[in-house]
Amino acid sequence: MELLVASAIGILTAAGLYLVMRLRTFPVIMGISLLTYAVNVFLFASGRLKVGAPPILTDATNYTDPLPQALVLTAIVISFGMTAVVVMVALGAYLGSDDDHVDDPVDDTTKPEDAA
Amino acid sequence: MSLFLVVAVPFLGALLPGLMYSAGRAACAGVTFTVTLVAFVGLLTNLPAVIAGEVVTVGVDWLPSLGLNVTFMLDGLGFFFASLILGIGLLIITYARYYLSRDDNMGEFFTYLLLFQGAMVGIVLSNNILLLLIFWELTSLSSFLLIGYWKHLPEGRQGARMALAVTGMGGLAMVGGMLILGNIVGSYDLTVILENRDLIQASPLYLPALILILLGCFTKSAQFPFHFWLPHAMAAPTPVSAYLHSATMVKAGIFLMARMWPVLSGTTEWFVIVTTAGLITMVLGAVIALFKHDLKALLAFSTVSHLGLITMLLGTGTAFGAMAAVFHILNHATFKAALFLSAGIIDHEAHTRDIRRLGGLRHLMPITFIIATLAALSMAGIPFLNGFLSKEMMLEEANHTVLFNSPMLVPVLATIGSLFSAAYCFRLIGHVFLGPVRDDYPAKPHDPGFGMWGPPSLLVILVVVIGSAPFLAEPFVKMVTASVLGSTAEVPSNYLKIWHGLVPALYMSIIAVVGGLIVLAIFKPLLKAWDATPRPEAKTIFDAIIAAAVTLARGVTHTLHNGAFTRYAAIFAVTVIGVGYHAWATGTVGPATREMQPVGIVPIAGWLMLAAATIGMVFMHRNRLMSLILIGIVGLMVSIGFVFFSAPDLAMTQITVEVVTIILLLLALNFLPNQTPVESTAFRRMRDIIVAVAGGLATMAISYHYLLRDTVAPTISDFHLANSYKGGGGTNVVNVILVDFRGFDTYGEIIVLGIAALLIYALTETLLSGPVRARLLNRKPDQPRAGDMHPMMMVVLTRVIMPVVLMVGFYIFLRGHNEPGGGFIAGLVVSIGVVMQYMASGFSWASARLRYPYHGIIGAGVLVAGLTGIGSWFVGKPFLTSDFEYVRIPPFQEFELATAAAFDLGVFLAVVGAVMLSLESFSRLARRAHVADSDYPMDIDPSRDEKAEA
Repeated sequence: MELLVASAIGILTAAGLYLVMRLRTFPVIMGISLLTYAVNVFLFASGRLKVGAPPILTDATNYTDPLPQALVLTAIVISFGMTAVVVMVALGAYLGSDDDHVDDPVDDTTKPEDAA
Repeated sequence: MSLFLVVAVPFLGALLPGLMYSAGRAACAGVTFTVTLVAFVGLLTNLPAVIAGEVVTVGVDWLPSLGLNVTFMLDGLGFFFASLILGIGLLIITYARYYLSRDDNMGEFFTYLLLFQGAMVGIVLSNNILLLLIFWELTSLSSFLLIGYWKHLPEGRQGARMALAVTGMGGLAMVGGMLILGNIVGSYDLTVILENRDLIQASPLYLPALILILLGCFTKSAQFPFHFWLPHAMAAPTPVSAYLHSATMVKAGIFLMARMWPVLSGTTEWFVIVTTAGLITMVLGAVIALFKHDLKALLAFSTVSHLGLITMLLGTGTAFGAMAAVFHILNHATFKAALFLSAGIIDHEAHTRDIRRLGGLRHLMPITFIIATLAALSMAGIPFLNGFLSKEMMLEEANHTVLFNSPMLVPVLATIGSLFSAAYCFRLIGHVFLGPVRDDYPAKPHDPGFGMWGPPSLLVILVVVIGSAPFLAEPFVKMVTASVLGSTAEVPSNYLKIWHGLVPALYMSIIAVVGGLIVLAIFKPLLKAWDATPRPEAKTIFDAIIAAAVTLARGVTHTLHNGAFTRYAAIFAVTVIGVGYHAWATGTVGPATREMQPVGIVPIAGWLMLAAATIGMVFMHRNRLMSLILIGIVGLMVSIGFVFFSAPDLAMTQITVEVVTIILLLLALNFLPNQTPVESTAFRRMRDIIVAVAGGLATMAISYHYLLRDTVAPTISDFHLANSYKGGGGTNVVNVILVDFRGFDTYGEIIVLGIAALLIYALTETLLSGPVRARLLNRKPDQPRAGDMHPMMMVVLTRVIMPVVLMVGFYIFLRGHNEPGGGFIAGLVVSIGVVMQYMASGFSWASARLRYPYHGIIGAGVLVAGLTGIGSWFVGKPFLTSDFEYVRIPPFQEFELATAAAFDLGVFLAVVGAVMLSLESFSRLARRAHVADSDYPMDIDPSRDEKAEA
């Protein structure tokens, strides 16, 4: 079981990294989303894996670790806000320049005196 | 007056000139003068104690854990410098009132001046070296503002930058030196440090500390090889130059060398470094000064030269040298300030400072002539003026100084320095004031009003009085010398007097003066030779160094940080993998402490779907819609995984967030191209794959290893499990953590979420008010639109389902404290319900029924959560302390009322507001000009059509 979760985190990370290194905004956003999954699952897994022991207090004595869950819960919600902002920025840049490259255009990165 | 006030008054007063700006120039200058006078009088009230030999100290603890306390002390040395700073400050303020023109912003000028003055007073009165460093940096900053005061002059700006770069760099070095010093002694208190001479000098870190501190002093006091900034700072208005060069800025380095004299001096290292630097600076400055044609440049290099002289005297490490240094600081301050002010008068009246265009001014400006001549003769070392006395003492000291085993080296160089010093003083008098009156001055020179010649004449009176009756200054000089020496040596018994008999110093003096006259006589051929000699230009070298630094920085930046996000991502990934690998390769891994859990068919199926969707995304990412569908699958599988691994709250959150995220991305995709073209080369793709796979393997390895091991230390989770019900009154531990244990975190998070939504709203507004608006309005969709924009089935269904959604949301909210659910999830569920209305019935239909704006809902949420937290203050508990009670209202069952529920309500509102504001902003972009917003929820309505036909 642990191997499955660990390999899932690995696959998500690898795919996320690859997409983040693409040149257009949309795949980069997709890559960031995949990395978000990977990070959230990774943090969640820091409470170790337990099946059938939710942290809802009953008469039982065996519970899974609630703390990573609380942290990941807010992380999931915040990641929505972050994705929305990034998408908005990407959209604004595309609509303004008709170009959805993530690289700066060459003339932005060279010195003004070189361009002149 | 308390020393606190003496230091604070200039800073507080700095506000006034700025405020008085519109009240006129006189009011500005008047209030500045008054502020300085108050500080000066406050300083003088401490004089009796200082004369009695006491050290006045005041202090409060500021950051005692860092050893940083606001403590001030006043002894003879501090008093001497503080009175120079404030006393000459008064004269400068008066002078500046008349010197600055109507176009100059006087409020700004005097504000800078007072800031600078306060920082200087802070340096000389600090009793804590960390505090001293703060004031030290403040002088660098405020002098930058003063030197660059005439912002329209490029030389002013360059000079200010250069001064800041050099003195700021020295200041940084000094920070290091002072920290070492504080570390050696174990205290940052100056009084404690000054008592630990042996400890400091025996430390192996003495030399590094000495060099670093001297770097600070030498840069500030313009010692070779850092002397070059000072002449460039001459672009400042003359009152600034006079103030900076006579009494303040450049004397700060000298002050510090004097202050640290008891603990740092007396060693070979100190002697060799300080004396050599001083000697070179003295001779070099004097020689260069002679050949300068700009009056202020001449004076600037003469300042460099005299600072070198004082430095050299301090370097000798003898008590007599220290006394001579103190005396020369006093004398130099008087005659140099007078000379600068005279130069300012000449510039102001004749509209030029070029010595070659002046001459014969003695007939036109008799008062200025007298003032400047007396001051210049004093600087040249003519008897009955104060410069003669300290120069004699310097030559006497030089006679006894043996540097590099050569008894002749120091005396000869000192005489040469004095010779050139005399020569440029004579040149100043001869070429500016003597000679025939010319008829080609740029303006007709005449003496200025009293306001401008009054201040320098006061100084010249001091020059003459001290020079003719040195015994008047003697007690004061000895008092200051005593505090410089501390307990290391006795104050020399020598008297300050004009006639010492036929001693070598007198012969050296005579050689210098006569030699100076001879040099002036053969000035023309000398100048020709000087002009023909190639010399390294300090500014060129400085500029080259700066340019090289900029090129280097730019190269590094452009390599690592070229604006391409992909490159940062790759660099970041590779670095993290590399560091992780290093840790892996060098560390050891403990044995597994947990057993691998058995795998059923369901997890394998889920894993396969997740893996297939993820890998599919990589291969099909060019088809953007497809990758959106696939990421939906990934999100779904992650949610199911959360359910499986005992995290129902997470699963519910993930799945609802998934829905709104997909809607958001669909909205965005509406505007973006549908395909990602192939752009990168095969090599590049291969490289990216290698990095990505390495990163994936690394995270997999670390996750796998830690999943099979227990934590090294017990976690704090057990505390939460044990206290969730007892302390928080809820059985859903995750929810109790969110709204109670870590409520403050959650509070911060809903604020962040709200800010993100507002940011999206603001960006949308910006887009819609710019040129993009027209493009959006006239855009032709690249995909065919559905003929039926609002299908009846969907409209009916979403409306019927809305109350159900709201009820489910309410239920999830209420049960959150004890069962999976809570404000976050309820907020997301309700948002989805509302979004469905937008999708089914149209934007304008939904907006028209919106009663409260979403910003308001976010604000209300944050407010409710905040007020809940504040509520606990009223019962004397810290912010966000929760309370709960079980109540029973017949005929209901007993139920729980918890303050945490109110907090959760805030979370709920903030989440609803933030999600809806983001999605609404995106949808607003999609509205188009030629598609009229229908007021009707359904575009196809047979009843309406019939009416229209009829």
